[in-house]
Parts: sequence; C-alpha cells; structure tokens
Amino acid sequence: MFEWCADPDTLEGFAWVACYLTNGKHLTAYMSFGTVMLLLAITAPVSLAFGFAGATAARSPVAPLRWLGKGYTAIVRGVPDIVFFLFFVIALDQGFEWMRHQVLCPDWTEPIRQGSDFVVCPAAKLPLSNAPQAVHEVYGFFLAVLTFAIVFGAFAANILFGAMRAVPRAQMETAEAYGMSHRQAFWRVLIPQMWIFALPGLSNLWMILVKATPLLFLLGVEDIVYWARELGGSKGPIFDYPHPDWSLWYFSALLVFYLGLTRVSEVVLGRITRKLSHGQATVAGEALRG
Amino acid sequence: MSVGCWDTIAAYAFRSLGYGERLLPREGFTLCEHFTLIGSGLIWNVYFGVLALIFGFFLATAVALGKATANPLIRKPCEWFVFVFRGSPLFIQFFFAYQLFVLLPRDGIEIFGITAETRWLTRAWAGALIVLFLNTAAYSAEIFYGALQSVPRGDMEAAEAYGLTGWNKFRRITWPTMLRLAWPAYTNEAIFLFHATTLVYFSGFPAWQQSGDALYYANYFADKTFNPFVAYPIVAFYFILLTLTVIGLFSIINKRLNQHLPGERKRIRYRPQLIR
Repeated sequence: MFEWCADPDTLEGFAWVACYLTNGKHLTAYMSFGTVMLLLAITAPVSLAFGFAGATAARSPVAPLRWLGKGYTAIVRGVPDIVFFLFFVIALDQGFEWMRHQVLCPDWTEPIRQGSDFVVCPAAKLPLSNAPQAVHEVYGFFLAVLTFAIVFGAFAANILFGAMRAVPRAQMETAEAYGMSHRQAFWRVLIPQMWIFALPGLSNLWMILVKATPLLFLLGVEDIVYWARELGGSKGPIFDYPHPDWSLWYFSALLVFYLGLTRVSEVVLGRITRKLSHGQATVAGEALRG
Repeated sequence: MSVGCWDTIAAYAFRSLGYGERLLPREGFTLCEHFTLIGSGLIWNVYFGVLALIFGFFLATAVALGKATANPLIRKPCEWFVFVFRGSPLFIQFFFAYQLFVLLPRDGIEIFGITAETRWLTRAWAGALIVLFLNTAAYSAEIFYGALQSVPRGDMEAAEAYGLTGWNKFRRITWPTMLRLAWPAYTNEAIFLFHATTLVYFSGFPAWQQSGDALYYANYFADKTFNPFVAYPIVAFYFILLTLTVIGLFSIINKRLNQHLPGERKRIRYRPQLIR
C-alpha cells in the first residue's frame, strides 16, 4: 500500500501497524464487509418479495395455492433456522444439478445417488468443472442468498399475512361499496394500508437478518468471520508480519461492527415508523397531530 | 424395530456424552443410526437450553430491575449489558468468548494463593453455557423490563393501600404481575434459546471425541452421505417435539400465573423468530 512498507522487518510501532493493516490480505478482508452489505441489500428485497408471494398465496381462495402459502409460512415454525441453512444450501445445489441433469443428459442411465455420492453428468455440474474460481465463488454466494431469502421469506410471509388481516375490515367494505373489483381493492386499499401494521414485525426481522449474516461463514462463503479467523490466528516468523494469536481483537472488531450496524438500523427504523405513522388512525398517528 | 436397532441404541444412545461405541458409523448409515445418534446429540441441546434458561431467569430479573432504577450507576451498566448482547450476533459472541477463554493462562489463575483452573472454560459444556446464559439473560431482561413498565398503576396503589412496601411489595405484587405480563414473550424466548443451542458446535467450540449436539451429528451424516434429505428432517422432527414440550410446560406455568383472573387464561401464541 505505502511504499515504505517494502521491507516489513525494519518497521517499528505505528508504521508497522499501518503497513500491517493495509497489506494485501487485509484489503481483501475489508472487501468482505462489502459481501455482508451486498447480502443484506439483495436478501432484504428478495425475501420481502418471497414473503409477499407467500402471504398472498395463503389468502388465496384457490385451495391448493392457499395450502402452499400456509405450508411455506409454517415450515420455519419450531425448527432452528440454522438447520434450514445447512439443509437448503446442499438441497438447492443438488436440486439445480438434478434438473440440469434431466434436461441436458436424457440418455444417462447410471443412477444419480451411488451410495454416498451424488453423480450427475459432467455437463450438468454447477458450476462447470472448468469454470474459473470467480464463478465458483459467485455461485456459492448465489446459493447463500437464495437460502437466506427462502428462510427469511417465510418469516416475512408470516408478518405480512398478519398485517393484511390487521387492516380494518371496513376499509375493504368501503372499497367494495365504491365498486372496486377484488384486485383493485387489494392493490389500492389493502396493500397501502398494511405497511404500518407490518412495520414492527419487519423491523424486528431486519434486525434478525443483520444478526444472521455471520452464518454466511457456515454456508462456505469467505465472509468476515472467515477472515477474522484467517487473519487472527498466530503467524510465525515466515510471515511478513509475524504476531501471536490476535483472534480476540479481530472478533472484537466484528462485535463493534455489528453493534454499530444494529444501532444505525434502530435509529433509521425509528424514523421510518414515525414517518409512516403520519395520518394513521393509530395512537402514534394521533400523537403526531398535536 | 429390528433386533439390530436395539444394538444400535445400546451402542449410541449416550454417545454424545462419551459413553458407548467410540467410533461413529462409517458406512451403511441406517435410519436407526440416524435417529439414535441425532437423538443422543439432543441431550446437549436440552442441557444447554435448560441450564441457561434457569440461571438466565434470575440474572434477567436482576438486570430488568437494574434498568428500571433511577440511579445511573446501576442503570447504565444494565442498559449496556442488554445492548451488547442483543445488538450483536450470538454466533460472533461464541467465537469471541472462545478466543477469550483460550487466552486465559493454561496453568490457571492465582487468586489469594489458590489456583483457579481455567481449562474447562474452553470446553463447550462450560464456555458455551456461559455465553448462552448471558445472552438469554439479556433478551429476557428486555422482556421483563417491558413487562415491569406495564404493571398497572392501580395494582401498585392497591398494594400500598394494604401497607405493603419494599421487598414484600415486590415479592407479592410487582414480580408476579411482571411475570404474568411477560410470560407469552418469555415462552418465545425459551423456544428461541433452544434453537440457538444448535449454534454451539459450529462456532469455535470444538466437539471433543466427536461428542456434539443434534445438529452436529446431522451434519456428520449429511457430510458423509452427501444427502441432506434424511438427517436434517430428523433434526427438524426432534426440534418440533422439543418446541411442543417447551410450549406445554410454559402453558402450565402460564395457567398458574393467570389463575386468579377469570376468563384471562389466554393461550400462549407461539410467534417464531429466528437467529439472534
């Protein structure tokens, strides 16, 4: 990074720390904070969409669709989410490979599950065995995002389902009295009004999502936990910057990072709640009028 | 159930505690082995959950009261305790605590001439239990604090009118009312805590001699067979049973807390949340 870092052995004190914290591995590690933020930025809207679809399906007058929606919201009850994380990340991978196998290699006769092996034809492998490393990493991240979205989508579906039911019945009756169709009443009356009821639950879900991001490590993504372990472990004299086991310091940095993230989220969500409460026929809305 | 399955149960039922067959199954992997080993691991989930919940309950009550006091010397530390443990991921807390315990001197610490052993803190049964205890105490403290704030003023005035003050008033009026109001949320926290125990063996704390919890063994099977569709549903099954048991036990207490209120015996609604 700095040119005076060329020979680490001669460095002392502050210069050593500055060079240590800006060496190549550390710069890569700083990027992994971006990975966490990217995961949050993608997962939040995608799981909201999953949740919306789930909640709408659970309200559907068509029975099979309703069962599907109810089933989706019910799967996460009673079972630790980490079980789902570990399950989906393999199950999705095998599911994708199986589908590609059916499409790409219809003539393949050998069984796919051979004892402890899952064998699909080479063309169906995901990612292809000759793909560059970056593709493998992107695919791993994609699986992680999808896993997060499925699990958190189920929770969002629970919240949105409740919020849709919390909108006063009279509002929908009024909409019908004005001659709106089912679809119109849903999109123009129900959806705009449900958000204030969903917000406490969704705020909570966001906080939980933030605190679930270190589980990326378990899904095989090189995230901040991976780097904290990698960089914190003791480094012998063969390394440019030898040091004893500093894991504790790296994990304290992560702790501070997450405390900051949750604090900022709290403040922002508080403001949104205030904003959405304007003009609502609730206690909070009344308080804002005065 | 075949005869072979009884043998498997005899060999592996207490494998998670270090008794029975030393070697884990290496091939074949019958359904019986799945159920027995994963069930054996569940002992640890129950151990962590029950002990953390019991110890955490008392600390949570103390911290909730501390948060509600006017004296900032007591209030501030309590607020910080709750903020730190609720604001950061449990997963990171486990890693952090493990590294902290590892750094303690190996030969123990000298206190007043007595050497206090520290090695056991790096073992999951003690180290992870401490983290779970503090974590659940922080979450429960927030629940209890909220309940404490919503104890009806009339109840307190009535207590004072009867001449109850200080400890007596707290013991007979404030505390039971707080528990009654907090109980549905506290039930969720308990369920949540049992789910959180599955993180222990995935977060720094090593499983000695392959003695781990339910998810540890499920993960072992899934890794060996490369088939997630058997082991993980079995864990899910066990945890649904565990969750139902917790709900059952907590509703009994809920009934007792509400027995003086006619028509108020509301059923506890389980509202699932996830990772902390």
